[in-house]
Amino acid sequence: MVLSAADKSNVKAAFGKIGGHAEEYGAETLERMFAAYPQTKTYFPHFDLAKGSAQVKGHGKKVAAALVEAANHIDDISGALSKLSDLHAQKLRVDPVNFKLLGQCFLVVVATHNPALLTPEVHASLDKFLCAVGTVLTAKYR
Amino acid sequence: MVHWTAEEKQLIASVWGKVSVEECGAEALARLLIVYPWTQRFFSNFGNLSSPTAIIGNPKVRAHGKKVLTSFGEAVKNLDNIKGTYSKLSELHCEKLHVDPENFRLLGDILVIVLAAHFGRDFTPACQFAWQKLVGVVAHALAHKYH
Repeated sequence: MVLSAADKSNVKAAFGKIGGHAEEYGAETLERMFAAYPQTKTYFPHFDLAKGSAQVKGHGKKVAAALVEAANHIDDISGALSKLSDLHAQKLRVDPVNFKLLGQCFLVVVATHNPALLTPEVHASLDKFLCAVGTVLTAKYR
Repeated sequence: MVHWTAEEKQLIASVWGKVSVEECGAEALARLLIVYPWTQRFFSNFGNLSSPTAIIGNPKVRAHGKKVLTSFGEAVKNLDNIKGTYSKLSELHCEKLHVDPENFRLLGDILVIVLAAHFGRDFTPACQFAWQKLVGVVAHALAHKYH
């Protein structure tokens, strides 16, 4: 699966429009993921996962920053996320299926906050982008 | 049998009550064909699917999307017996239509996104949980009679 020029352009434009809301979107993505897919909470036994948790907000900020970084270096996502990829392989070892769940929730957050942004074309490009990010983060697993 | 809490049933019913089956059905199917283009393999007789614009405007896509979501309504009406409700449809999808059940999961996720876009903040995390559960149960029921 390869990101076309149109995909890259769509993704950059989408993150441009999301702008300063990225952190908020990151936090809500995690909140929704924990609510919709409770099994994802197993990776955060050390977190307070109650609504409004500062830890979830903080972690959402990190997740969003990584997505923004990937979008800003969309021609070399594996380079941009190389350290994160190492971290996930060696330490975090989040099962690969969970990246799709996070991606689904991110798209839901975009849809709820900014439905006009999520045209079918942009939806397709973002979905591909999120897949690509998941692939990079699990690339060194074995 | 799947267990639904009273809250889940209420969240499902309240969303469903406000859904335009024709609009959401058409949009969900169109997005499936656009976001996951390999799903077009089942619709070679639908005419022009050559671009997102063509897919969105395609009357066969719209009609079929409406049909699919109308059928989804049967699950909403029969939450306590979704497997039974879809028994014949499951056989049809296996024996006649030859649809990989993975496609039901893909469509379910797309439907959740369409609902999210439609309802905005009203599509709360609790709401999303109930609907992700429902689309999962529907997908499972449609795959149940596969052999």
